[in-house]
Amino acid sequence: MTSTTEAPSGLSGGLGPRRRVGDRVFTALTTGAGLLVLALIVAIGVFLLTKAIPAVRKDSTSFFTTKLWQPDNTPPVFGIAALVFGTLLSSVIALVVAGPIAIGIALYISDYAPRRLAAPIGYLVDLLAAVPSVVYGLWGLLFLAPHSDKFQQFLSDHLGFIPLFDLGKNGVVGRSVLIASLVLAIMILPIVAAISREIFLQVPAANREAALALGATKLEMIRLAVLPYSRSGVVGALMLGLGRALGETIAVALVLSLAPTTSFHIIDANIGGNTIAANIASQYQAAEPLGQRALIASGLVLFVITFAVNGLARYVVSRSSRRGIA
Amino acid sequence: MSATILEQIPGLGDDTRRLHAPVRLALLALTVLVSLLLFAVTPLQGQADFVVFVVVAFAVVQTATSFALEGRRHALDRLLSLGVHLALLAAVVPLVSVLSYTVYKGVKKLDGQFLTHNLTGLGPLDTNGGEYHAIIGTLEQVLMATAIAVPLGLLVAIYITEYGTGWLVSAVRFVIDVMTGIPSIVAGLFIFAFWVIGLHRGYSGLAAAFSLTILMLPVVVRSSEEMIKLVPAELREASYALGLPKWKTILRVVLPTASAGITTGAMLAVARVTGETAPLLLTSFITPATNTDPLSGKQAAIPTFIFSQIGLGRPVNYDRAWAAALTLIALVLVLYISARLLTRRNTLSRR
Repeated sequence: MTSTTEAPSGLSGGLGPRRRVGDRVFTALTTGAGLLVLALIVAIGVFLLTKAIPAVRKDSTSFFTTKLWQPDNTPPVFGIAALVFGTLLSSVIALVVAGPIAIGIALYISDYAPRRLAAPIGYLVDLLAAVPSVVYGLWGLLFLAPHSDKFQQFLSDHLGFIPLFDLGKNGVVGRSVLIASLVLAIMILPIVAAISREIFLQVPAANREAALALGATKLEMIRLAVLPYSRSGVVGALMLGLGRALGETIAVALVLSLAPTTSFHIIDANIGGNTIAANIASQYQAAEPLGQRALIASGLVLFVITFAVNGLARYVVSRSSRRGIA
Repeated sequence: MSATILEQIPGLGDDTRRLHAPVRLALLALTVLVSLLLFAVTPLQGQADFVVFVVVAFAVVQTATSFALEGRRHALDRLLSLGVHLALLAAVVPLVSVLSYTVYKGVKKLDGQFLTHNLTGLGPLDTNGGEYHAIIGTLEQVLMATAIAVPLGLLVAIYITEYGTGWLVSAVRFVIDVMTGIPSIVAGLFIFAFWVIGLHRGYSGLAAAFSLTILMLPVVVRSSEEMIKLVPAELREASYALGLPKWKTILRVVLPTASAGITTGAMLAVARVTGETAPLLLTSFITPATNTDPLSGKQAAIPTFIFSQIGLGRPVNYDRAWAAALTLIALVLVLYISARLLTRRNTLSRR
């Protein structure tokens, strides 16, 4: 709104050339910064491509359908099929776990918390986002995984008929895809909760009051007045959380130490699964030049996936907030 | 909020058939008692199991009672209320667990010796050595990244809000949006592809700072943009009326007015990148030695120190990792909380 206030150009122009020089320098400086940002994103794409394409050409198999990751073998064999699968699987599980909890927290802050406590509780939940991912990884590896055997055994004993929780003949090993996904879920909670909270708070008080005046319970008020108004915004928030989960590296790399596979058995740590990002972090140190470039190629794939998910999310959120103003 | 007002209006609902708080407390107490009894006489056991059992049992008992007394609508309402409270608990429990377990494990090894030594000249089983080199690295890398990202981000924000016109500003906005979503490992890969092997500069603290800059930039731009937009138009108009040119108006009027908010945004961005691990692995790598020169050579940092120690996997390494994690969390939380306090003071003074 305020940015529309323009300096009267005739005035500043009329007051002498020195000031015009100052304005010109400043315009050039800020425009330069804007152009630099554009150049940066182009450079990111170009440099990743120039390192990735030659590596993919040297791949003796198809980059997009191979499940193995052995780029430094002769002949080099590597592909991202299993890694993409593992990335999507763990992120989707994380979202399924974190989504309802985050929406619950957002509802608590917008509709249930005592007014004086709402903001501090919001900060508290935001603190989850301040904890570094390497600390989550350390905690997941040395606290959550060892303490979750019983829980995973329970899932396998009672829900083992669902392929997801099938352990087969293998014993429980703490560091499973499920545990990595739970750590991811904790990490994406704050972002989904924060955005949903903002969207719930945008719902006009009149809508809520109208529902309550008609004798609606709080649940009915939320279903009738709050959710229809904020549905697409919440979908956007969930997708931004998904985007965050897809790119998370270190926590997953620390909790998992598995070969890439395409298995749905998420508590069977013996068959496993791995993500693109975690694979980069764990393979990188030992990689030969070709291996490094192959990892760059996988990073490019990750970039494209997150770009698509985030782009869609922002589109959905912006559409909903525009409707919110109207 | 308005629900409480409605509930206070006498005669609006049939008060005798409501499940009041004392009744619900009594139900909870009853559930706990029965559960304790069940855990004493049946094979059920374990503290965590007990808590889960009580929560599920209470949800069932309360919903059933409410269903009988108040009807279906209120029963479901109470279930949702219980649900959102449990959701909050589901966020607070991991937060408390991560923080307290890190403190509990971290204090064991965190002492003066740990803070003032590096890891050179140690055998794999030696228990001394510390994170001095990593602290130096983190401070240098984050400072450099801040020195690049904050001025650049501010200029971009000024461009977007004050100068930008047409498709170019939309393009810059779009790119900033895209950058917000770049996974940190991809930022690291880019600097690796561009600087480390592309320009043959090798690993360095500066390369790490570049990758952190990519992650900081969108945060700084976004928050500065919001803050600059909040500056009232009257201030600008007054400044123009006094004959100040636009650039001086921005530097002397707009930026000082928005400075508290901009500082908060910058501090949150610094807090975010201080804990980043993935990009540093690819740009400054890992080293046991102290390297005070950020311009060349491998350089340690606290996050990569933790990562590499975990990779070694002996108890002594885990102890070092926890102690370093404690310093890292302390560093990040101090930045984060002081940024929040700054906003608070800022909004208070605005009122």
